[in-house]
Amino acid sequence: MSHNNDQPDLRRRDFIGKTVLAAGAASIAPGVMLTVANAGSDAGVSSKVRWGMLIDANKCADGCSACVAACNQENGIDLIERPAGQSDAMWDAQRPQWIHKVKLKDNLTGEITNLPMMCQHCEHPPCVDVCPTGASFKRADGLVMVDRHTCIGCRYCMMACPYKARSFIHQDVAAQRTGTPRGKGCVESCNLCVQRLDAGDQTTACQDACNREGYQAILFGDLKNPDSEIARALKAHNSRQIRADLELNTGVRYSNI
Amino acid sequence: MKKMQYRELYCSSPRYWGGLAFLAFIILVGMGAAFFMEHNGHFVTGMSNQIVWGLPHVFAIFLIVAASGALNVASIGSVFGGPMYKPLGRFSGLLSIGLLAGGLVVLLLDLGRPDRLIVAMTTYNFKSIFAWNIILYTGFFTIVGLYLWAMMDRKFAQFKRPIGFAAFFWRLALTTGTGSIFGFLVAREAYDAAIMAPMFIIMSFSYGLAFFIITLMSAYWWADRTIGELRLAKLKNLLGVFVGAVLYFALVYHLTNLYITQHHGVERFILLDGGIYTSMFWIGQVVIGGVIPLFLLYSPAFGHSRLALAVASLMVLLGGFFQVYVIVIGGQAFPMNLFPGKQVLESSFFDGVVAAYTPSLAEALLGIAGVAVAMTLVAIGARMLRVLPESLEDPEEGECV
Ligand code: SF4
Ligand code: SF4
Repeated sequence: MSHNNDQPDLRRRDFIGKTVLAAGAASIAPGVMLTVANAGSDAGVSSKVRWGMLIDANKCADGCSACVAACNQENGIDLIERPAGQSDAMWDAQRPQWIHKVKLKDNLTGEITNLPMMCQHCEHPPCVDVCPTGASFKRADGLVMVDRHTCIGCRYCMMACPYKARSFIHQDVAAQRTGTPRGKGCVESCNLCVQRLDAGDQTTACQDACNREGYQAILFGDLKNPDSEIARALKAHNSRQIRADLELNTGVRYSNI
Repeated sequence: MKKMQYRELYCSSPRYWGGLAFLAFIILVGMGAAFFMEHNGHFVTGMSNQIVWGLPHVFAIFLIVAASGALNVASIGSVFGGPMYKPLGRFSGLLSIGLLAGGLVVLLLDLGRPDRLIVAMTTYNFKSIFAWNIILYTGFFTIVGLYLWAMMDRKFAQFKRPIGFAAFFWRLALTTGTGSIFGFLVAREAYDAAIMAPMFIIMSFSYGLAFFIITLMSAYWWADRTIGELRLAKLKNLLGVFVGAVLYFALVYHLTNLYITQHHGVERFILLDGGIYTSMFWIGQVVIGGVIPLFLLYSPAFGHSRLALAVASLMVLLGGFFQVYVIVIGGQAFPMNLFPGKQVLESSFFDGVVAAYTPSLAEALLGIAGVAVAMTLVAIGARMLRVLPESLEDPEEGECV
């Protein structure tokens, strides 16, 4: 099969949907629409780029969690303190996890697979569709993020995300990093290290960490640029989306699972 | 025909004030619990990144669903012209407003950022069914408020029917909207069923009527007024039909799910080996909320027993609560299947395992306070407005033909 990027052409549907939506919204409440448009500040971000990832499950090592540690540090997740007296189980269930490792076993062959899971940066993100305030938004360059000023903490996006990629902040946060503001009562998830990208960097913390360990399981880059390493890799090898049946056209792809 | 006289629920008795004080106390405790949760953050609750909607949502959804059903009596009275129900229309409108307000208070206070209510009210994402629900709720208050007015003020009597119709359709939309909140969660197996929205409508009929019967009976007990045998018998039969319908829909829902191979997992979970959720389904929803009430309502042994009717209504509510619990919490506890054909050996994020949830006391107190808010609004409303007929004695022979 030559068609190994299951990237449906949804431009037409998208266009019609947006036109109807815009026409409707413009006639109902222009003021409201303005707020919506502002929430996902796209200033300086181009839709000529779509950031994405290709993860090679064959290269992802059993027992390694370098990417998780790097993400926690980059995004200040390790600064969140465990509430006094909280049990291990509850802490694990409540602490934010932007990226986590999963180990799988095939029911038939018994083959073992390791891979990291995080927000898949869907092209048609259910989290954005359901968010009542528009706090969940997709940037022109494909990053799906949460605007922490308009998030009301309803957690509907967490219910809607098919990948359970989102975390709710269950307690007060004292220390945080400037690049990643965080507040009690809001939802957050992987943003592909937006602070790095906006500063002109082209790598994510998890990818750097994986490379440092010598595994090179994570490839990050611009899906729309045919000359980028990731676009070439996607063209050359079979890859898949997790739950491709939902047709969300994820920006994070996996090979060898 | 004797003219129906409506009068405020006037009772200076300790019964009324005592009851009100009791409700106020519950609300106060609930507000304390809400403050405790907001102040500390949700870590003091049983909720987590796996079970993101906990007990407060169960209460809120239960109340909101019941609110729309409570309006049923008014609709039957003025839209479909049922003379036995007509005098009850005003109270039915008041009750539905109260229940909706109670549910919304809980929903609001369980937000991560309830202080951002103003954001929720001014920034809309029109693609979100949740945002539409906010509009539906606000509209419901307005329309039912107008409807109440039209029912009470002679000058507006000619608007009664059109507004009645509007209210009727609005509340169907409201329940559909509430049901659709789950319908949009494509990836969660338990919610992936087209029958969800109609099932919510029929659930609302049943819970709403049960609430109606209980509050009506207690209001008349409070005020020492009488309700006639015939009228109660009508309500009773109606409740029986609704309870039966809810059971039927539950059956269809599970049968369709059993028919869809991908959903076998979640069905097994709810019906067979889901532990607490399985018990809640069979004992709570089916036995307490369905079989026993049906028996109480239809068995000739309890033919004219008002106690049996009250108990049956209470059990319908209890069973309904379990039903919503199984839908909301059970549906989240069941793991999403991200990797078909594979088994998750390890994950720090609970992939592939049933999520644990133990509701905390604070969550329960907040939820109960929501019910108390609803009841308080009804009690105060009935005292200030003329919603309850002086007497609900059965009409004389031939009057309602
Ligand atoms: S993976 Fe989840 S959080 Fe990320 S874009 Fe898709 S739906 Fe949203
Ligand atoms: S929790 Fe925040 S980001 Fe998620 S749906 Fe609600 S408002 Fe939107």
